[in-house]
Amino acid sequence: MQVYDMPDARGHFGRFGGTFVAETLIEALEELRVMYEKYRFDEAFLAEYAHDLKHFVGRPSPIYHAKRWSDKVGGAQIYLKREDLNHTGAHKVNNTVGQALLAKRMGKPRVIAETGAGQHGVATATIAARMGLECVVYMGSEDVKRQAPNVFRMKLLGATVVPVESGSKTLKDALNEAMRDWVTNIENTFYIIGTVAGPHPYPMMVRDFQAVIGVEAKQQMQEMIGRQPDAVVACVGGGSNAMGIFYPYIDVPNVRLIGVEAAGHGLETGMHAAPLTANSPAGVLHGNRTYLMQDANGNIVETHSISAGLDYPGVGPEHAWLKDIKRAEYVAITDDEAMAAFHSLCRTEGIIPALESSHALAHAEKMAKTMRKDEIILVNLSGRGDKDINTVAKLANITL
Amino acid sequence: MSRIRTVFSHLKTINKKALIPYITAGDPHPKHTVNLMHAMVASGADMIELGVPFSDPMADGPVIQRASERALVHKIGLSKVLGFVAEFRQTDDKTPIILMGYANPIEAMGAEKFTKSAKAAGVDGVITVDYPPEECKEFISQLQANDMDSIFLLSPTTDAARVSLIVSQASGFLYYVSLKGVTGSANLDIEEVKARVAEIKKVTNLPVGVGFGVKDSVTAKNVASFADAVVVGSRMVQAIENSTDANLLTNVSDLIAELRIAIDA
Repeated sequence: MQVYDMPDARGHFGRFGGTFVAETLIEALEELRVMYEKYRFDEAFLAEYAHDLKHFVGRPSPIYHAKRWSDKVGGAQIYLKREDLNHTGAHKVNNTVGQALLAKRMGKPRVIAETGAGQHGVATATIAARMGLECVVYMGSEDVKRQAPNVFRMKLLGATVVPVESGSKTLKDALNEAMRDWVTNIENTFYIIGTVAGPHPYPMMVRDFQAVIGVEAKQQMQEMIGRQPDAVVACVGGGSNAMGIFYPYIDVPNVRLIGVEAAGHGLETGMHAAPLTANSPAGVLHGNRTYLMQDANGNIVETHSISAGLDYPGVGPEHAWLKDIKRAEYVAITDDEAMAAFHSLCRTEGIIPALESSHALAHAEKMAKTMRKDEIILVNLSGRGDKDINTVAKLANITL
Repeated sequence: MSRIRTVFSHLKTINKKALIPYITAGDPHPKHTVNLMHAMVASGADMIELGVPFSDPMADGPVIQRASERALVHKIGLSKVLGFVAEFRQTDDKTPIILMGYANPIEAMGAEKFTKSAKAAGVDGVITVDYPPEECKEFISQLQANDMDSIFLLSPTTDAARVSLIVSQASGFLYYVSLKGVTGSANLDIEEVKARVAEIKKVTNLPVGVGFGVKDSVTAKNVASFADAVVVGSRMVQAIENSTDANLLTNVSDLIAELRIAIDA
């Protein structure tokens, strides 16, 4: 059997990935690449990482058979990988723990991060507080307004939140601004990117830190039901929770991998955040080549999703690769479909899912209906929905 | 001989240094771009660096970001930028034009179509900020095939081995980024820049230009004492930003004239 071994030494996944940055960043990325190669398989480093995941994050996260919901949907059995039960409420912390440990070993006293919905910002602020690192989080000024509770959480944790006023004032602009900070403060600063995008080694490194999700899931499914699921479903913005659960399954035959993008108001309206499903052309943004939502001039277009965490015009380069080699399938779910699944899971299982994860749930629901009762779908429930209650209330015209 | 090489060798014979102002095409309004280019040449610019607007200019500070945003309001894309160059060339066949921008607009047009159209429009060199030499071998060979220069950035953190790698791929001139940061940020340390430029000159005969932190005529004068070219970007864009339609050309011309005098002194 051919073993999946990506990316290449320079971070390429076929024609995707790579290191598309200004010369001013090359040295910092090279330093990071060398240090990550050094610690990637280092026993002491991995032991410390595993220790923190267990005692600080609360791993392993359980797998839960959503039996009532499966019965209600009618069809395949749906299992949930409960990343929502992690400390800070989402999968993001798996990665920030890993990168912060690396920052510490590299002697960098200051960490920076970009954030959209604020989950990665909170996860970074959390680990920075725990390790005594200075923390600056860049966040689009539009998102600062939309996600006030998370902004406050970051501040409580001692982080400085910098609202970004350039461009569309959202996640992609926060990433631009964090890169600008990094290039200016290279000596003392470690940039903790929150998703499987950015220049090499980030897509690989973030995937590796998130792969704990899939590694656990494989073992847990074996223990629970004696076999692997027929399909693994995860939402995709940048794509870190999806890469984390997909990666250990890539070489497992007969397990379908399905990434769910945000169709927003509908693919046909253009107001979405689904570059893979909408067949957007390849391009270069944020240090890597991938599929990108752009206009004819190669300028990045504004995206739309009800969920801030999926509101990104690109996608991690490994997803672009998995799409091309047809190892993973990509679909899109609208705002309305995601909301319906959100409410359905709340009422049937007593779990409030994040709006991001609700996209994966909505697609699992669609699939399950077409499958037999003895077939199994594993959904990565990447985060909890507490952060989304304002958005949901506003949609229902409820004042909290 | 290429226009860029012609200008550098001419300046060498008269013992002068090149002044290369940067403006973003389409800023503050597309109707001004070609006029601004001619005005800069008339008041003392040796070459022009013309920025291609991009939605996500990661290596640029707030001043040049705003220039991109102003241009994008008028939907100025790569083909319109090439249109400005062609229009400029109708009455100026000597002044080299260097395009500076990001990879994605070029990839959206297609590298082959871009290099052919750029050559036809009269472009002489291209700086693609987020194309390090390892990632753009094909693009470089297409530029070479169309007789245009591939101009690369060198930064304060670029080590000696990498300088050699970049030099082997570069032509026209090398662009030394004088500080750790984005365009238009903190003041540069002139002694440090001088030492770095001297090191670079040990491994190449290509001219070396310095930019990213040249904020005033004093800095321009100091840089010109050891570099072959002085690139002034954010300061130019600031002058444009602070002008009205009525005084735009005068303000920009005055700034170029002031820099010219400083550099020649």
